[in-house]
Amino acid sequence: MRIKLKFEENEKKFIDRVNELSGENIYSCYQCGCCSSGCPFVFEMDILPNQIIRLVQMGREEELIGSKALFLCASCFTCQSRCPKGINIANVAEAVRHLIEPKGKDYFGPQEIPVELADELPQQALVAVYRKFSK
Amino acid sequence: MNSNGKKKRIGVFVCHCGVNIAAMVDVKRVAEEMEKYPGVAFSTDYIYMCSDPGQQLILDKAIEEKLDAVIVACCSPTLHEITFQNAVKLAGLSAFQVEIANIREQVSWVHTDREEATLKAIRIVRSLVEKIRFNKNLEPIEVDVTRRAMVIGAGISGIQAALDIADQGYEVLLVEKEASIGGHMIQLSETFPTLDCSQCIMTPKMVEISRHPNIKLMTYHEVESISGFVGNFTVRIKKKPRYVDEVACTMCGDCEEVCPEVVPDEFNLGLSYRKAIYLPFPQAIPGTYTLDIDSCLGLWPIRCSACRDACEVNAIDFDQKEEIIEEKVGAITVCTGYDLYSMKSLGEFGGEKYEDVVDGLEFERILSASGPTGGKVCRPSDGKVPKSIVFIQCCGSRDPENHKSYCSRICCMYTAKHAMLYKHHVPDGQATVFYIDVRTGGKRFEEFYQRTVEEGEVLYLRGKVSKVYKEGDKIIVHGSDTLTGRKVEMEADMVVLAMAMEKKEGTEELLRKLNISADTDGWLAEAHPKLKPVESINAGFFLAGCAHGPKDIPDTVAQASAAAAKVGALFAKEKLQHDPAIVPVNEELCSGCEICVNVCPYDARELDSEKGIVIVNEVLCEGCGACAAACPSGAAQKRNQTDNQIFSMLSAILKI
Repeated sequence: MRIKLKFEENEKKFIDRVNELSGENIYSCYQCGCCSSGCPFVFEMDILPNQIIRLVQMGREEELIGSKALFLCASCFTCQSRCPKGINIANVAEAVRHLIEPKGKDYFGPQEIPVELADELPQQALVAVYRKFSK
Repeated sequence: MNSNGKKKRIGVFVCHCGVNIAAMVDVKRVAEEMEKYPGVAFSTDYIYMCSDPGQQLILDKAIEEKLDAVIVACCSPTLHEITFQNAVKLAGLSAFQVEIANIREQVSWVHTDREEATLKAIRIVRSLVEKIRFNKNLEPIEVDVTRRAMVIGAGISGIQAALDIADQGYEVLLVEKEASIGGHMIQLSETFPTLDCSQCIMTPKMVEISRHPNIKLMTYHEVESISGFVGNFTVRIKKKPRYVDEVACTMCGDCEEVCPEVVPDEFNLGLSYRKAIYLPFPQAIPGTYTLDIDSCLGLWPIRCSACRDACEVNAIDFDQKEEIIEEKVGAITVCTGYDLYSMKSLGEFGGEKYEDVVDGLEFERILSASGPTGGKVCRPSDGKVPKSIVFIQCCGSRDPENHKSYCSRICCMYTAKHAMLYKHHVPDGQATVFYIDVRTGGKRFEEFYQRTVEEGEVLYLRGKVSKVYKEGDKIIVHGSDTLTGRKVEMEADMVVLAMAMEKKEGTEELLRKLNISADTDGWLAEAHPKLKPVESINAGFFLAGCAHGPKDIPDTVAQASAAAAKVGALFAKEKLQHDPAIVPVNEELCSGCEICVNVCPYDARELDSEKGIVIVNEVLCEGCGACAAACPSGAAQKRNQTDNQIFSMLSAILKI
């Protein structure tokens, strides 16, 4: 597969927005892969946490829209505690989710909640789930 | 006033520095404005004042225009002050009739508004015109030099520096706090990229140290305190009692045999044991046993004295006491070396928990023919030959968030060497290296690394390890390979951590005694990162080896030789010249309040109780001006920077 890197206005804007929303500097990542080595959900991920950062650095918004990994991140902050450059990767993932959600698909809908569970489910959890998994 | 009592004729020379200054400062305008300024007899600009034609311009105009003083508006005085002083000397002027107006570092490089920058440049030049009106011609203060050097630390850098100074014909005191010279290099197995045996190439130098007529070897000694200044230091050195007569000891080993006390051997990093009376390693220099008082059963009140009874030559002397020796030296070279960053700091790699997770230096001992395993690669826990070893690079290095921000420089190469040597010992073993980047920027380093990968069949995985733990007798390593985008988990028999280098323990304390500075990571600070890499900021101190920052053996040896050459250059001078721009005392004004004595950082001032005033040691005074600022009566005024001059400068700067 060959991709063309253009760094046009919208790509740059995407990178800047991720930096702004996450409060992290994604350029400081030197791709050591420590986040991916330690991530407890990496076995289910299609791309690794370090690759999420890489794709942001390259401005590959469309590729991130299709990625499952972003939505598997549980924000456990294991990556952040190990990152030698002090990047909070969970924050970056959250920022990217926020930016691509309106363009992506729904990962979760109310019909998927079992009726017997609906009464007991804390509202907070429902709100969080909608925020994270639907556009 | 000039020497004839007439008003000084001052010349102003404004440099463009290519576009470095001219892009942000209107240099032509500065020159024009200055031409109109009172006292300025001549003013011009030129593209490169430091070039030959530029210097010639200053020289010619100084003669032609009968100038008494010259101001060059250019870069920092640390760069070209001497150049321009030499230029005006040819015109018969004193070096003290040159002032540098720094309009590059202080103006063009730090401003963005051309108009404002130009005005600032004019103000700075103006202030120096005011200053130079009152500059007096001073004569340098001459000082004798003691042609004798001290080298602190006797690893490879200290050994090389000592030999090179001694070969120039000067006496050297080589002070080492351990029982033997050799440092870390003598612990290494083989050295990259040529795989010479470390001991084989180092012991000839060590023997040379012990035999050299110009070298006074002081092992088991520590620097206690230092006073004095460049060319004239007085050093107090503590001689720690060895409890063994170095000359009488025949190294027969009888004492060691009978000694009942067993402790971990630091030379083998605790991988083997030694007795309380011990020889650090077979080729130790000086060749003598040492009684380690901290692990001995005790000398007082009850002695076991088994060693003394066994010693046939009566070399053991329990009555040795600590001694303080005073020596005079002219230059000091600091070669205190490094320590490996402790594995304790990286808990996730289990270095402290599991015996089979070792650091690079421990693995060197395991690989060494003289090591605890006799050159056989065995793992420490059960002595089994490891069939799979995982090497982890950048352990603590390049991690500004949690550990050290710098690259330790040697780990890439020694890990490649470890992997290759392991494959030599265990050809059917699997060596895997986790790395972030491989840096092989040395002569024949890249070729060596390629050979490790190709011939050694070593697998390099690009990613950092997150976790190391034990399962049965295997060690499980969790890492990733960012090239394939996979998380990797693997079993190993042993793990080797390429721990970061850090400053030697005790460096800070020593630096406080020497009164020299270190950088933010604790490495010794050089006077200039590019042009003065072996000099300390303080005159008379030189540095070499890993005390200055991580480096490999070739770089260490080169730096040590360079430091030795600098010491030689210092000793080759008949007299040392001290800057006469110091702060003397005006005896008529001084009331002897001693405020200046207390603020002086160089101990240059003291009260003369008979006269009731303060006197100054001109050689110790560095002209920092702390006393001048503190003196309530104006008795302490720096030469060529009097209160009068400072006030004139201020009004010239503030005047619109």
